[in-house]
Amino acid sequence: MPKDGGIGASTKRREDLRFLTGNGRYTDDLNLRGQLHAYFLRSQVAHGRIDKIDTADAAAMPGVVRIFTAKDFEAVGGIPCGWQVTDKHGQPMQEPKHPVLAEGKVRHVGDPIAVVVAESAEQARDASEAIVVDITELPAAVDMKAALAADAPKVHDDLTSNLCYDWGFVEENKAAVDEAFANAAHVTTLELVNQRLVANPMEPRVAVGDYDPWNDQSTLYTTSQNPHVIRLLMGAFVLGIPEHKLRVVAPDVGGGFGSKIFHYAEEAFCTFAARQLKKPVKWTSSRSEAFLSDAQGRDHVTKMQLALDADNNFTAIRTETYANMGAYLSTFAPSVPTWLHGTLMAGNYKTPLIYVNVKAVFTNTVPVDAYRGAGRPEATYQLERIVDKAARELGVDPIALRRQNFIQPDQFPYATPVAVEYDTGNYDATMDKMLEVADYAGFAARAEESKKRGKLRGFGIAHYIEACGIAPSNLVGQLGARAGLYESATVRVNATGSISVFTGSHSHGQGHETTFAQVVADMIGIDAGQVEINHGDTSNTPMGMGTYGSRSLAVGGSALVKATNKIINKAKKIAAHLLEAAEADIELKDGKFSVAGTDKAVDWAGVTLAAYVPHNYPLESMEPGLEETAFYDPSNFTYPAGAYGCELEVDPETGKVEILAFTAADDFGNVVNPMIVEGQVHGGLAQGIGQALMENCVYDADGQLVSGSFMDYAMPRADDVPNYKVDHSCNTPCTHNPLGVKGCGEAGAIGSPPAVINGVIDALQRGGYSHVTHIDMPASPSRVWAAMNGK
Amino acid sequence: MYNFDFVKPASVADAVAALAGEEAQPLSGGMTLLPSMKQRLNAPATLVSLTGIDALKGVCREGNMLVIGAATPHAVVAKEAAADYPALAALAGQIGDPMVRNRGTIGGSLANNDPSACYPSATLASGATIVTNTREIAADDFFQGMFSTALHEGEIITAVKFPIPEKAAYAKFMQPASRFALTGAFVAKYADGVRVAITGASEGGVFRWSEGEAALSSNFSAEALNGLSASADGMIGDLHGTPDYRAHLVGVMTRRAVAAAH
Ligand SMILES: Cc1cc2nc3c(=O)[nH]c(=O)nc-3n(C[C@H](O)[C@H](O)[C@H](O)COP(=O)(O)OP(=O)(O)OC[C@H]3O[C@@H](n4cnc5c(N)ncnc54)[C@H](O)[C@@H]3O)c2cc1C
Repeated sequence: MPKDGGIGASTKRREDLRFLTGNGRYTDDLNLRGQLHAYFLRSQVAHGRIDKIDTADAAAMPGVVRIFTAKDFEAVGGIPCGWQVTDKHGQPMQEPKHPVLAEGKVRHVGDPIAVVVAESAEQARDASEAIVVDITELPAAVDMKAALAADAPKVHDDLTSNLCYDWGFVEENKAAVDEAFANAAHVTTLELVNQRLVANPMEPRVAVGDYDPWNDQSTLYTTSQNPHVIRLLMGAFVLGIPEHKLRVVAPDVGGGFGSKIFHYAEEAFCTFAARQLKKPVKWTSSRSEAFLSDAQGRDHVTKMQLALDADNNFTAIRTETYANMGAYLSTFAPSVPTWLHGTLMAGNYKTPLIYVNVKAVFTNTVPVDAYRGAGRPEATYQLERIVDKAARELGVDPIALRRQNFIQPDQFPYATPVAVEYDTGNYDATMDKMLEVADYAGFAARAEESKKRGKLRGFGIAHYIEACGIAPSNLVGQLGARAGLYESATVRVNATGSISVFTGSHSHGQGHETTFAQVVADMIGIDAGQVEINHGDTSNTPMGMGTYGSRSLAVGGSALVKATNKIINKAKKIAAHLLEAAEADIELKDGKFSVAGTDKAVDWAGVTLAAYVPHNYPLESMEPGLEETAFYDPSNFTYPAGAYGCELEVDPETGKVEILAFTAADDFGNVVNPMIVEGQVHGGLAQGIGQALMENCVYDADGQLVSGSFMDYAMPRADDVPNYKVDHSCNTPCTHNPLGVKGCGEAGAIGSPPAVINGVIDALQRGGYSHVTHIDMPASPSRVWAAMNGK
Repeated sequence: MYNFDFVKPASVADAVAALAGEEAQPLSGGMTLLPSMKQRLNAPATLVSLTGIDALKGVCREGNMLVIGAATPHAVVAKEAAADYPALAALAGQIGDPMVRNRGTIGGSLANNDPSACYPSATLASGATIVTNTREIAADDFFQGMFSTALHEGEIITAVKFPIPEKAAYAKFMQPASRFALTGAFVAKYADGVRVAITGASEGGVFRWSEGEAALSSNFSAEALNGLSASADGMIGDLHGTPDYRAHLVGVMTRRAVAAAH
């Protein structure tokens, strides 16, 4: 058993004490003296020319301090995009300006037109209703394929079309891929939609800008997953405030799921307005506003083909995807359907030739960017759906077809044809484990029992891989990233031996305050209670890139290990001095330094005290103090993989799908806190099941959001998901980071949608509905019923 | 929310008087009205709360009638109607979540007449009588299409009288997001026949499914409905279901209600 509180222990999450008792400190809990409130007047039409904005009446309303429009932002930059994709002809993507407030045109419902700053939030909203905006409504580009037609309305008049880029990957392989298809014994084709989703973290976004004119210091408090990234983007590109004059704080954050990675106009606005008005300016999003202004996820329309030889070996994959960017490029939007999607198209399989084509399209809808999994769920969904479909067409067992094509354990490291190198894995092991835990052997009997009750039972399988631990900076730099993707940690040992850690990895539900403490405590051999994890404030944490892409432990944790190793090395030198021994003879065990082979020892606190009260200390050769910072830049991505099994029933009368059991066998490499890992998988599964069966962000032909509230946007609730069986005993540790960890945050959301849909199709096929070979997500009751009945 | 005045009278007469004021509106549980005010879609000048009027609250049996005060919350109906009219109690117990059930009231639900609400189906299928401060209205006359009722300006529902059926049940197929009825069927069997009311399905709001009623009145069994289906004409089509799907669910949910009736 691991030491309680150390690596491997299911330590209870220390942060839950404040969260569960309602004592978390979220951005909206912050109320600064003299604070003003901002209300954003947003476009009600998807596309229109702004003819006139008259704020005179509104400005005279009670409590109004000032009303801002695009005119006030003439000297200010646009919201930047952090990733430049190069198209298949070697040309950079089309990159339109994204103004803080709409300039000349509105481009989606929710596009901010003007902001009222007033003494109270209600006054600001009241006054916004007195602003007169004349807009000439223009036809909207909503459907992606229609938006690419020559006569389609242009979202951005200064671009040549609504095509952001047409990306081919790997372009040089295209001819070889086409040839493999020409020679294939069998080709399976699948057209599918990976529908748009709304992230809907529990806490809506909030921004509070503050300005201290006497020190010329700006502070932004914001609901962000990565305060340093916001400081960099907003300071350098939008407002022109240098880092030493700008502090960004992301206190407790109530979930992000990707949607709080990005730099938003409201953040820049509040920071800017606070400087203009020399007073704090606060904005709190309503849930309705969140539907219209938080970056949304997914929204791919794909045609995929799989070529097989006569022995059912996969010989090639070809995909064509339309990826919706929405009206503007959100921070990392261009990377999601390309480098986070195309590079995963090999999945767990040996397919030698792959060609991925992605056309990114501007439409008059809310911008789309990373959402839990980002690109990898889209890749996994296509691949695991088409493998299932191929197995059915060929009349072979979908499990056997997968196994036959799996990359084998002795083939690692394995270079895929889509530019990544998997370090380790054992896919048969996770498949075996899933089938065992799910009692797949007993499925046939259970299906018989369902039949007696008039229900159709199915078992869906998916085997996913993802690339996380994002990412080697030099590699992503070549791929168009405008930032590095290392992570940082400062370990400050205090005089009495307690430890304050400062990490660039923000925690907004992941439990870093617990797991990161476990890592440090374990390395030194002290109680985890002696370690405090600090994050979220650019004024005291080293520059780090934040939390997304399941990177925190793999990258942030590695930085932490590096910094802690530096601490241990120095502490050993101090111990050697105190014990009058050679440094090489000093051993650290259970928080105690001893001289090998003797009973001479000094404990941790004795060494740390000597570091800060250096009376007996080698001052001539070593600085006092015990504080180290490390930056870690990964040498590769990490590649978690796993087998998911979804057992479900379809009610043939109503088309309603009920998930009866869901089994996840994941290979996350080493695990620091099994309970937290399990919780992360649970959350991911809930979101994946939500996508598969319930959630759907829909715009009508005019670009109005039809699913703009929880009355129509179906969020999964506790009783919509089953009790999960989660196993992570199959474990091939990552070979290139010090903890051997791979990351678990997104796996559930990546692997579960195809498992669910494969299960629905399996149930229908077994039940005699052999004409149903695909149902687009969400497989809602009405869609399943319509598919069954050919409607 | 815009500013408004708030009064909380203790009697129906005072409430009616207060409602005579300019742009006054009754407030019961507020589960429908308050969200629409917060969204600034509704801006009454005065809210007249009905929940301080004792005469509007409670569930009581009068002969073969179950009388429910208009301001009785769903949770109270779920509990107190259970012995006399279990199908009605079960319906109330499936509305929304605990907060909605503890605040929302039968009078508010009927006055609002949301086409997907649950209570209108029980009221219509039971041939209930809606009692107001001025008159009694038969359920068959009360519901007049989506969000529209026979109530006059300033008229308030005071109670609903439900004739207690021999057997009844409500079968609700939930809309996945709101969990209102995507289609719900309330079936009630009385000595003189069977009444079937369908909610959630029609653009005209709650309606009686007469083909279903005829079949069940001669043979009260799920099988009696085999081969019967409602027409998709005039059914609601939205994100959650096509008119065809809803028409199909009318048959399925009615069969399920019949099978569950007790
Ligand atoms: C999250 C949620 C889920 C819900 N789920 C369901 C569901 O599954 N099924 C369902 O049926 N309903 C559901 N509802 C609606 C709920 O039942 C409401 O409580 C009900 O529709 C309105 O009742 P109320 O007492 O809250 O009315 P209020 O909101 O106070 O009033 C509604 C309207 O009725 C008027 N009114 C109120 N009382 C009277 C009266 N006595 N006489 C005349 N006019 C009056 C008001 O002026 C107003 O116009 C849900 C609501 C929410 C918020």
